[in-house]
Amino acid sequence: MSMLRRVAAAIVVPVVATVAIAEDAGVKAPRLGTPLSADAIAKWDRTIFADGRGLPPGKGTAKDGRVIYEQKCASCHGEHGEGGTSEELVSGPTPPSPDNPSKAIGSYWPYATTIFDFVRRSMPPAAPGSLSADETYAVTAYLLAANAIIPEGAKMDAKTLAAVRMPNRDGFIWIDIKK
Amino acid sequence: MAGKLASEDLIAVAGGGLLHRRLFLKAGLVLATAQTATSLRAEEASPPKAEDPADPSWIHKTGLPFTGYGAPSKYEKHVVRNIGGNRTPQGDGVSWTPLEELEGIVTPSGLHFERHHDGVPEIDPAVHRLVIHGLVQRPLEFTVANLLRYPMRSRFLFIECGGNSNAGWHEEPIQRPAGAFHGLVSCAEWTGVPLSLLLNEAGVDPKASWVIAEGADAGLLNVSLPLSKLMDDAMVGLYQNGERVRPENGYPIRLIVPGWEGITNVKWLRRLHVTDAPAMTRNETAKYTELLPSGKARMFTFVMDAKSLITSPSPGQKMHGANVYEIRGLAWSGSGKISKVEVSADGGKSWAEAELQDPVMSQCFTRFRSPWAWDGKAALLKSRATDETGYVQPERDVLIKERGREGYFHYNAIVCWAVDEDGTISHVYA
Ligand code: HEC
Repeated sequence: MSMLRRVAAAIVVPVVATVAIAEDAGVKAPRLGTPLSADAIAKWDRTIFADGRGLPPGKGTAKDGRVIYEQKCASCHGEHGEGGTSEELVSGPTPPSPDNPSKAIGSYWPYATTIFDFVRRSMPPAAPGSLSADETYAVTAYLLAANAIIPEGAKMDAKTLAAVRMPNRDGFIWIDIKK
Repeated sequence: MAGKLASEDLIAVAGGGLLHRRLFLKAGLVLATAQTATSLRAEEASPPKAEDPADPSWIHKTGLPFTGYGAPSKYEKHVVRNIGGNRTPQGDGVSWTPLEELEGIVTPSGLHFERHHDGVPEIDPAVHRLVIHGLVQRPLEFTVANLLRYPMRSRFLFIECGGNSNAGWHEEPIQRPAGAFHGLVSCAEWTGVPLSLLLNEAGVDPKASWVIAEGADAGLLNVSLPLSKLMDDAMVGLYQNGERVRPENGYPIRLIVPGWEGITNVKWLRRLHVTDAPAMTRNETAKYTELLPSGKARMFTFVMDAKSLITSPSPGQKMHGANVYEIRGLAWSGSGKISKVEVSADGGKSWAEAELQDPVMSQCFTRFRSPWAWDGKAALLKSRATDETGYVQPERDVLIKERGREGYFHYNAIVCWAVDEDGTISHVYA
């Protein structure tokens, strides 16, 4: 365990100090990076944060999401998200325990924004990025409703999705870095 | 062979016939090694031809022509990655490094383990870019050609998947070759540009504390990393074992984060988003976290703790009767250098210190060796690594007591191989 303390200690060193060390090392480097315009950044930037920063405009409900899910997701994740050739996406909305060690969305995932982010960047595997923002909100709403976390009729958009509180929000202990 | 030994050389330093680690240097011994299953296969596959070893046909004719890019001998074709875990999408799964077939500390690039979430992208380096944006004074874009012009450094480093060895959590010991159980770890010489140079060029805002790294695979795999680690020793990796990084290992650019979980060493690196909080991506919340018996889960378990295993003798290989053998294995730690490896032939009742082969490098494979006089009786082989921080690789029951069985990731317990009287080797919990 001593090494974990050592790493944690290294990590709390203020950033400014680390920068200074890097410069002090006296490494001469060419400056070959070219400036990135705000427009270009907007195209590159696909980060979505847990507090909702980065979520795009758009909206959707579980009802619309169910249709998309059946067409584009159920073949791998099961008719109702129970899992198939790929992972289960639906569990009870109860935090995990040794008796119920499920790591599916309802029991394990700390943030609802993560569903939107992951589906938008990675799913379905044959055509990631093919769902529109509305479709992604809808399928996210479907998965949240199927996990009994939001009501069937709830509309998900940048604001409401970020406001969803997942049952296991406080279920994690940071190990190699302090909060 | 044993006849050349003076009797005092054969005094055991631990139970079960473990000899002093310097024995083989001192006596210049040729040690027997456990025969690999594959060399057995090779013998069976090629029935003795009429070749005379003293006068084989190949010394009498011109050999093969030059090759632009060499490949292993045709007699070594069985030494391949063990592909597993592929589910419906063909690109999701792993391939294990055949650790038991390899020697030294460097993993040949074509045998470096793989974990892809949606296949290997075919990236045109002329199109690929690395961008740095967010809490920086100057958002920047780098071409690969430009990155190749920066000052570089090389380091020999292991990369280990956080999910390596996860069969160790199973109730029953899995029976597989060592590499198909523990081979989601490999070691290579990585050469690239210190990331601090690029971050300094962009001018990091003092408010920044995290960086979200994103790859250019289908699925845009992303993870959040503390800025301090990236400033400290991370690299933009361009070369692997002297040649450009292999496609399946991140061509044209892989983020290299020494000693940290494989997933943080983002392949096909395309974007670094400098920021003040982790993004809480799927691969740092739903995955790569470890559920504890308390119901809470460990998160941001970046460092790969010290670990070791015996690669020979190991399951699938066979002993050839009572003799002096060399126990061989690998040890590594994400916290620094390996300071000690001990081996046991009696299931951990007594331990002998193994010889650590030079060079011993930080966050790198260390090869250990130990001479062993096997008496032909049942034995239980174990190895136990200690790193320079004083961390000692735990016994399996200790790890399970602390972590439970549902954590999946970060299994680094002591591994036990049982050697049977008939010379077969199996995996046991002991
Ligand atoms: C071809 C099969 C396939 C299809 C179709 C598919 N997925 Fe997946 N999905 C996978 C695989 C495989 C993974 C695991 C990926 C990995 O290991 O990184 C996954 C993972 C996920 C996860 C993360 C699960 C977890 O617990 O970590 C979510 C959420 C998800 N998919 C949602 C969707 C949605 C929504 C759709 C439809 C738009 C979809 N998937 C379509 C195969 C599929």
